[in-house]
Amino acid sequence: MSRLAALLARETALAWGRGGGPLVAVGFYAGVATLLPLAIGPEPERLAAIAPGAAWVALALASLLSLERLFERDYEDGALDLLSLSSAPLELICFIKCLGQWLATGAPLALAAPVAAIALGARPELAPLIFATALLGGVAFAFTGGIGAALSLGARRGGLLTAVIVLPLFVPPVIFGGGALDAFAGGLPWRSGFALLGAYAAMAVALGPLAMAAACRNALS
Amino acid sequence: MRGAAKACSGRGLLNNQSQITALSIHAAAIRRGGRVLFQGLDLALAAGEACALTGANGSGKTSLLRAVAGLVRLEAGEISFGGVDPAEARGDGLHLVGHADGLKAARTAREELTFWTRWCGGRTATVAAAAEALDLTALLDLEVRRLSAGQRRRVALARLLAAPRPLWLLDEPLSPLDARWREGFAVLMTRHLDDGGMILAAVHDPLPIAAKSLDIAG
Repeated sequence: MSRLAALLARETALAWGRGGGPLVAVGFYAGVATLLPLAIGPEPERLAAIAPGAAWVALALASLLSLERLFERDYEDGALDLLSLSSAPLELICFIKCLGQWLATGAPLALAAPVAAIALGARPELAPLIFATALLGGVAFAFTGGIGAALSLGARRGGLLTAVIVLPLFVPPVIFGGGALDAFAGGLPWRSGFALLGAYAAMAVALGPLAMAAACRNALS
Repeated sequence: MRGAAKACSGRGLLNNQSQITALSIHAAAIRRGGRVLFQGLDLALAAGEACALTGANGSGKTSLLRAVAGLVRLEAGEISFGGVDPAEARGDGLHLVGHADGLKAARTAREELTFWTRWCGGRTATVAAAAEALDLTALLDLEVRRLSAGQRRRVALARLLAAPRPLWLLDEPLSPLDARWREGFAVLMTRHLDDGGMILAAVHDPLPIAAKSLDIAG
């Protein structure tokens, strides 16, 4: 158990520094969120209507940023060999890597999401739900994103490939999360969207590591 | 250096559960990228023995080491670990040190050595002694990016001492080391063999210890 704790600590520390870590992710997030009103126009009603959805799209894009290095660096420097050589299953190792990625970028982004949405004009009472959906969505992004990162191992310009593989997998959480927020803002029942988001995140956590481990084994052999 | 190496001795090498006491490779063949690298390769290694793998560039030395570690699948033949379950033997019975050392440039040598020691089931307390045996104590707080190739290799090799395991798979372990450390590492290898360990090393220059040799025909 202690070795897995050591791995989580290392992965979180590496993700914290990878591609600038949470600061760059949050900065990128803020950048996208500022671009939107410039493109759409400054009318407060229009911005307020799209604010929760815009916060979600920016979240999905910001989650992509540091994904490409999730497995690639370990693959290049041999760490993936050494990790997979242990008696711990590779699936568990992939799970921990994604958990570290989520702790270092998903969680800070979830903190930034309500701020960005409110800055765009979302109503303040939406903030707790935006935070909760962003936190849960971040789990889905990290664990589906890991699949793309593992599949593009060994490819040149793997980051671009990762984005192309991963963006379709990001669609359901954006629909469910954005939908739940829209419903809540409109006074409609929002729990089903939130539950579906949770179900998708749970599925990603359960199945993502299996796919990642298979992709890593393929890349290593 | 010999004195420092002593700090790590007498720790009872083979007292962990997976006691690999033999390695045997029978009629092994490996295919990489549609090309058969070698076939019908046999090798038997008993406790206390070392074997130097030689062969031209691209002849499959690294692939053979990776196959023993379970990272590459054999096209034919089998590898056994003296009756120990292969998954268990690979999980806690062997070390692989290759060109890619798994060390992260942005982290300090101490963080990396401590992590890999823990990952390999060693205790954090053994890290200091292993670092001393490889004369790394003064370098431990430097980031890995600031170490020379030879120093990096010594950090990677320190793992072998900090988390004792019976079988060492070494891929050109000596190439970045200077003359002094080639000798120093020979002492450590001899000590490992005396403790009942095994070494399979891919080399271009002869190993500086008593070892069998196996030439992989290119």
